Amino acid sequence: MKLLQILIDGFAISSLYGLGAIGFTLIFGVSGVLNLSHGSIMVTAAIAAWVIAGDLGLGPYGGAAGGVAMAVALSLLTYMLVVRPIQTSSRIAREEKEIFVLTGTLLWGIMIQEAIAYLFTSNPKTVRPLIPGVIEILGVRTPMQEILTAVISWVVIGLLWLLVNRTKAGKVLLAASINPRGLTLLGFELPQIYFWVWALYGLLAGIAGLLLGAFLGVSSDNVGQLTASAFSIVVLGGLGSVTGSLIGAYVVGYLETITAYSGGPSIRTIPVLLLLVLVVYIRPQGLLGRR
Amino acid sequence: MKSSLRLMLAASVGVGLTLPAIAADPIKIGVIAEVSSISGAAIPNAAKLAADEINAAGGVNGRMIEIVEYDDHNSAADAVRAFQRAASQDHVHAVIASYVSEVVLALEPWSGRLKMPMITPGAASDVISHRVHEDYAANKYTFHGYMASTFLSDSVCDGVKAIAGPLKLKNAVVMSEDAAWTIPLDAEYLKCLPKIGINVMDHIRLSPDTTDFTPIYNKIEGLKPDVIITGISHVGVQPTVQWHDQQVPIAMIGISSQATSSTFYKDTNGAAEGVIYQTISAPDVGVTPKTLPFVKAYEKRYNITPAYCGYTTYDEVYFIADAIKRAGGTDPDKIVDELEKTSYVGTIGKVEFYGRDSEFTHAIKVSPEYIGGMLVQWQGGKQVTVWPNDIANAKIKFPGYIKTGTN
Repeated sequence: MKLLQILIDGFAISSLYGLGAIGFTLIFGVSGVLNLSHGSIMVTAAIAAWVIAGDLGLGPYGGAAGGVAMAVALSLLTYMLVVRPIQTSSRIAREEKEIFVLTGTLLWGIMIQEAIAYLFTSNPKTVRPLIPGVIEILGVRTPMQEILTAVISWVVIGLLWLLVNRTKAGKVLLAASINPRGLTLLGFELPQIYFWVWALYGLLAGIAGLLLGAFLGVSSDNVGQLTASAFSIVVLGGLGSVTGSLIGAYVVGYLETITAYSGGPSIRTIPVLLLLVLVVYIRPQGLLGRR
Repeated sequence: MKSSLRLMLAASVGVGLTLPAIAADPIKIGVIAEVSSISGAAIPNAAKLAADEINAAGGVNGRMIEIVEYDDHNSAADAVRAFQRAASQDHVHAVIASYVSEVVLALEPWSGRLKMPMITPGAASDVISHRVHEDYAANKYTFHGYMASTFLSDSVCDGVKAIAGPLKLKNAVVMSEDAAWTIPLDAEYLKCLPKIGINVMDHIRLSPDTTDFTPIYNKIEGLKPDVIITGISHVGVQPTVQWHDQQVPIAMIGISSQATSSTFYKDTNGAAEGVIYQTISAPDVGVTPKTLPFVKAYEKRYNITPAYCGYTTYDEVYFIADAIKRAGGTDPDKIVDELEKTSYVGTIGKVEFYGRDSEFTHAIKVSPEYIGGMLVQWQGGKQVTVWPNDIANAKIKFPGYIKTGTN
């Protein structure tokens, strides 16, 4: 019984982690940016959905659409306001740009976090579930929203796979991650590609944030933890590898769930952190890393 | 002397411009709280409301009350810095501080060092008043304006005892967050629950960082208790929403600080339905003739009902003002002497403080005659009082998935 519960809960949370981390790794793969405002974009989506569904009275679906739209807008804003000016600045040395982007996105994330706390308090909010109610799976009472979380996560991940592998736009994305210079020689505008990658990233982070908000609830206090968890998953799976991130998400998700059920939720993240230390020692490039 | 100097200074600055209207120095009350939380925000909100009312009525001996606000971001270090600034730079005359025991315990020594009268409207740890008892000379400037944890547990037990029969409550699991205020709370729960005939099957202390409560509910459900006795304040929305979404079939009764404000229903999308919490004042019951007018004024100004520490803060501004009036000035030792003599009927009942002979020195007296506890339940989006019976407005009613009282 407990095993089945762990299997179900672990699957839902891992799928959600996967969706959250996949956008994070995509941005890194394509444009070399580690976006440390990741958590704040996820939380923004959830809080916006909560406000739009409740205060503005547009219901769960209106809230969901508005939340994801907010995440996309915020993601593009992050790119144009923070990342792009650093990348194009001639006053920042090339080798220092990565650290500037890291710092810039980190501070940007904190600004968003503080703004959310100021406007909507740091108290957690929960997004209205799209499908309320529970269902029994072999005797385990499972909220419909938990099942929906896993299903939507995998549908979105599947669509992303189709986009990358089956469309011209996807091939351009792949090319940008492998050889951006070659791509510019073929006449593609890199800034334009980056713009679309950030929009795509916003969409993924937004959906992940929304699902998390409906499944467990989020507050502005979760921002750092969400960024750290995406970061851990991506390091574990191998920076820039989408498949690696998915595997990493399942390793982290199940390890956490097993720990929470056997040792207690207060030590939930400890084994994952120990595993990360091990990975950094033994296989610094991560499970499927290519750099 | 000081004020006449200021007067001269103000007058000389005003020469050549319009002469400023010169009033007596204001009485400054510093308010330190985490304003981005439900409970924390109620502290400055209620303080400003009280100050405006006092000022509209002419102030204290012609002196206006000025509230000086500080946000401590729920950090003891920030709170200490704010406290130091309040005393040495902003020259406040008293401080109302925080609903977080850890923060108040960090401020307590500073209250003594800087001889700054301080009262907490919402922290609960017994240690706050025990320290005053143990070293009165050093800590006498601190007052505990809310029920100490032990009294909170006793109040919950009294309520549970009254409702246990009809709801058939026999077995309980105690679920509290890991924090300073719940250490004495849990210790007393474990003592008082068996005394009222409730068997405690397990005692769970959860980390305030917990986001997924499924494993905890899973464990509790496995034990098949009739009720979960809660001690939560830093967490609230997430355990409540997950309790509801997972349809955990066990009632939750106890301390749930966030549930005291009306925003809780909105934040949980209504998952709060059925939650029963202990408090000392509720928006539907006039504990005293002052309670409901305060709730009405607060709602009008802030669009939400006050969290529990809003009621206490509101009263505190009033009785601090009274103490200063009786003291005839702002000398801290005289203010402390007068605060000790406080006998003030506010929104929460009659406020008096335990004396030096009690181990709860400077904590508010708890008994039906002074401040008594009550149980309030979220029903149909409203907070309704369900115990004590003489003031109850409704009978206890649970959502369909709760099995309590039906088996």
